[in-house]
Amino acid sequence: MNRRAAALLLALGALLVALPHVAGSYALSVATLILYFAYTGQAWNVMMGFAGQLSLGHSIYVGVGAYAAGALFFHYGIGPWAGLWLAIALSVLIGLVIGFLAFRFGISGVYFALLTIAFAEFTRIGFDHLDWLGGPGGMFLKVAQRDQIDLANFRGPPIMYYYAMLALSAAALALCAWLLRSRAGYYWRAIREDEEAAQALGINTFRWKMLAVTISSAMTAISGVFFAFYYNNLFPEQIFNIGRSIEIILGPVIGGVGTLFGPILGAAVLTLLSDGITEALAAFGWEIPGIKQVLYGLVLLAAIMFMPHGIWPALARRIGVDR
Amino acid sequence: MSWDLVVNVVIAGVLTGLVYGLMALGLSVIFGVVRVVNFAHGEMMTIAMYATVMLFAALKLDPFLAVLPVAAAFFAFGYALQAGLINPFITRPEHSQFMLLLAVAIVMVNALLTVFGPDARNVQVDYQLESFELGPILFDRARVYAAGAAVLATAALFAFFRFSLTGKAIRACADNYLGARVAGLDVKRLYALTFGIGSICVAVAGGAMVLLVDVTPALGPYYTLLAFVIVIVGGLGSMPGALLGGILIGVSEALAGLFIAPSAKSMFSFGLLILVLLLRPQGLLGKRP
Repeated sequence: MNRRAAALLLALGALLVALPHVAGSYALSVATLILYFAYTGQAWNVMMGFAGQLSLGHSIYVGVGAYAAGALFFHYGIGPWAGLWLAIALSVLIGLVIGFLAFRFGISGVYFALLTIAFAEFTRIGFDHLDWLGGPGGMFLKVAQRDQIDLANFRGPPIMYYYAMLALSAAALALCAWLLRSRAGYYWRAIREDEEAAQALGINTFRWKMLAVTISSAMTAISGVFFAFYYNNLFPEQIFNIGRSIEIILGPVIGGVGTLFGPILGAAVLTLLSDGITEALAAFGWEIPGIKQVLYGLVLLAAIMFMPHGIWPALARRIGVDR
Repeated sequence: MSWDLVVNVVIAGVLTGLVYGLMALGLSVIFGVVRVVNFAHGEMMTIAMYATVMLFAALKLDPFLAVLPVAAAFFAFGYALQAGLINPFITRPEHSQFMLLLAVAIVMVNALLTVFGPDARNVQVDYQLESFELGPILFDRARVYAAGAAVLATAALFAFFRFSLTGKAIRACADNYLGARVAGLDVKRLYALTFGIGSICVAVAGGAMVLLVDVTPALGPYYTLLAFVIVIVGGLGSMPGALLGGILIGVSEALAGLFIAPSAKSMFSFGLLILVLLLRPQGLLGKRP
């Protein structure tokens, strides 16, 4: 990282830390959402951007993580700090099962992507029939007073969730930066570029791909726990929806797959774009259902056509920092 | 539970499955030749269904007549989509192609929502309430006609790829891209033609499907997933495989709806998909690559 990049990163960090003191409650919720997608995008990027394994079913890790910690809290009053470990353990277990089956049986590319969709959909319908977890009617966590910070149960005002998400995103960025420079990062990129060549060089591709799945699913499970305690209601139909998996990958794809800042930039651009379209349509009085997503889809289409490598690589070159 | 109920449900599943099979055939042909997974497949299916419903509402056109103009329009649309949008993406990585077609799908499903709203639409023709009887076994007339149309379209497609020169040229592109170019084939044009033909499959399947279910914009993503499940189970790129996969999924959905719960029906489809991917990743009738 050159000095200019370090200075920019420091300025961005300071801005984000100071933000709640200048922004209103609406802006704060948008910022929290951006950080949430920056974090989940970073988690997905470990698997696809670094190791080249296209997952279209990351909602399974969000959902299982959210339901694991949520159920412990809902049924037994056990707080999220303990639930977090169950969430991570279950998500990693599922990730390892999917990874083991896929990599052992030589499933890759499009087929791997479809396998991840299949597991997520299978789980979604399964949760719809689990009455212990509320089934299709959903599971609702008790909402506490919003003005007090109760860290033990992760209950408090929006500003607490904002800082929690900021800390998570910063940690994810640091972890990914470290991973890219570690042995795993080099092996992953070798596998991504040419798996057979990597294997020929003596890399145990199975093991390193499993490591990518483990890290990615564990990171995503944490976002699920956050989701459960931030929104307080969980529906299988929503949380395991393929649309959720797509939301996760949009940020990194638009920002730049495989880059460190792509997921963050992509999350910010897309969230602000979606919000901007909503506001503009409201201002014109065109609030017909669906029209917002039509415009959103058209912008996505243009972005993917004209910036196939994402926004960040082009921007990084422009402002003179490395990707 | 009486056996004739089960038999009736299985027959309905087979007939619906043939229509599913035709829809999936479109996906299979496109993937087999162009090597691009059409993530907007189910959304195109719902557009065909809405088009048929609109022609019926405006002109009282029977769905089996409406299918002709819809199919022609879909061929042109598919050709243009491939020539204009997808051809430049042929050499790009898979996730890039996925995002492109996903964006197309988002635009399609929400354009339908904007124009038609979220309410279900359908067609009502007199033969929908009638059935052929064979002792205690009933064949819904609409379902038989829909399946018949699907079989007819499939047979036409088989003949096209087997006997016509263009069909052979397309198969050559699928077999060996470089070889096809060396032999002087205009591969990009043949790709566009293939996407157009795949779109015709979708149009006919959509026209037949409106006789069996009500259409809502939300059906699009569901059909996309269903089409994936069917072609993977049957074997991507295998034409008989798509039909077999369609029938299997149709029957398993029908039986799961009868014995367990209608809401659990696609769980079996996805379970079947996972099993096939693991045990026979090339699909039931696919060739090992």
